[in-house]
Amino acid sequence: MEIPTKEIDSRDVTAGRPGLDVQAVRNQFPILGREVHGRPLVYLDNAASSQRPLRVIERVERYDREEHANVHRAVHALSAAATEAYEGARSRVADYIGASEAAEIVFTRGTTEAINLVASSWGVDMLKEGDEVVLTKMEHHSNIVPWQLTAERTGAVLRFADVTPSGQLDLDDLRTLVGPRTRLIGVTHVSNSLGTVNPIAQIARLARDAGALLLVDGAQATPHLAVDVQSLDCDFYAFSGHKMCGPTGIGVLWARRELLDRMPPFQGGGEMIAEVRLDGSSWASVPHKFEAGTPNIAGAIGLAEAVDFLSEVGLEAIQAHEAKLTEYVLERLPAVPHLTLYGLPDAGPDRLSVFSFTYGDVHPHDLATILDQQGVAIRAGHHCNQPLMDHYGLEATARASFYLYNTTDEADALIDGLALAAELFGLPASADA
Amino acid sequence: MSKSTSDPSGIDREIPTALDHLYQEVILDHYRRPRNKGPLEGATHAITMSNPLCGDVIELMLRVDDGRIEEAHFAGRGCSISLASASMLTQRLKGRTIREALELSEKFTHLLHGDASLTDDADLGDLRALSGVSKFPVRIKCALLGFNCLDELVGPAPGDPVEGEQSR
Repeated sequence: MEIPTKEIDSRDVTAGRPGLDVQAVRNQFPILGREVHGRPLVYLDNAASSQRPLRVIERVERYDREEHANVHRAVHALSAAATEAYEGARSRVADYIGASEAAEIVFTRGTTEAINLVASSWGVDMLKEGDEVVLTKMEHHSNIVPWQLTAERTGAVLRFADVTPSGQLDLDDLRTLVGPRTRLIGVTHVSNSLGTVNPIAQIARLARDAGALLLVDGAQATPHLAVDVQSLDCDFYAFSGHKMCGPTGIGVLWARRELLDRMPPFQGGGEMIAEVRLDGSSWASVPHKFEAGTPNIAGAIGLAEAVDFLSEVGLEAIQAHEAKLTEYVLERLPAVPHLTLYGLPDAGPDRLSVFSFTYGDVHPHDLATILDQQGVAIRAGHHCNQPLMDHYGLEATARASFYLYNTTDEADALIDGLALAAELFGLPASADA
Repeated sequence: MSKSTSDPSGIDREIPTALDHLYQEVILDHYRRPRNKGPLEGATHAITMSNPLCGDVIELMLRVDDGRIEEAHFAGRGCSISLASASMLTQRLKGRTIREALELSEKFTHLLHGDASLTDDADLGDLRALSGVSKFPVRIKCALLGFNCLDELVGPAPGDPVEGEQSR
């Protein structure tokens, strides 16, 4: 299925360039060929976790079969091969997000651990009683709870910037919250519930002016956008492998070298030390200072393969394909009777293909069960976004999130599944009936 | 087996039997017109439990006199299965002793785990309509939320030497 270039509008970053061949992309994902409950799988839960292309699966398998040993430990051939592959993965990930050097890439278990690292290491070391950390009401719990834990230990105060009714960050409110005691602003790059893209560079200027650091949760951004930490001008950037075609259990914290150098270790153990004496130890240099214990070597190698895959498909082509899907869904989904969509109603560069909605009095869990029986996988619940749900006065939403391998036919399957739910729940044919 | 229906758009679609069985009329009726919902005057027992993974919350309130449940109400929010189950539960609790209530809870748990001998058990009343949940293992926790409240309220506490009937 070719993306017709003639329909590409001015927002489209690939205007004039060849599009993404979605069928060719799909063929690289073995799981997309399977059936669920006797129906072809329509996987629309990518904001929770994406699927993996064969080359990532095979790269990890090859490591397990042929290259495995512990890293940075031994002089034998396998250990050297594993170390080279692991450190090579670090370099490729560094290139992917525009880091100045590979040492600025700290491998973690995922975004959650990366943010916990900052909150525990930088936060506990630097925050004094009454210092302020400004977050937003659209943060994932993983960018709220680590700061609550650190606030309890340090006496720091947390403030939360508001969200507008259409699901954008209220920048005026953010400005009023940032003050002389603000030490850090923590914000998600892309909302995991609404798909809103936040203006990070603008928020970075606000942080600079206040003399505060900026932490960006990039978990929902790195799978879809060409991220350059230099032009974003942030201080910390965290993301996960499993949302961007890579394995689970691997993620990244990026920070500038001088910042990482000044921060105390996160966890203690092997790998992170220079010298250990019974009366005290000294630390390895970054990034190993923050990677205590044997790391997820296979995960890092798989992530690097995923990064290569995404780069070869092309982030611009991926964005253009997803922009088409967003436009297609936004034209149809809100037109379904009884359906209420949350988030920005129009396609554009500030909105990715994540759609949260409610459907008459059909509870999102019931809707997810009914769609699942049609082979359509969506997420129902609060999406680790309870403060945002409270903001909208909701307990839960249904969420469909698309990725590079999804098609407009799959959007149609979602909408067909909604009709079945309407039938089962006896919703009237029109919303005003 | 599936039954074929026609939706207002004129598209013929098959409703999978399992779904049809899950969302029976009586379940949707309890979901939309819950019985015994709201505060209970003179409640002797009350507990709120939630399902943190999906956000469903049920509060169960009982008025117990001399070991017998005189009245049962519930409050809360959640999916059709958890609310219908709680509504049906309150209907079945009235007049039961604590022991009988806990027996109902045990029987219902067996029904949800596929015990076909219970699908005609009159003692379960409308709760029998929830037997279809057994085909949807991830939804069993929804159907059990109200019953978990009951077990927690009047069931034996871990390490209790004797079972039942204490009030907490």
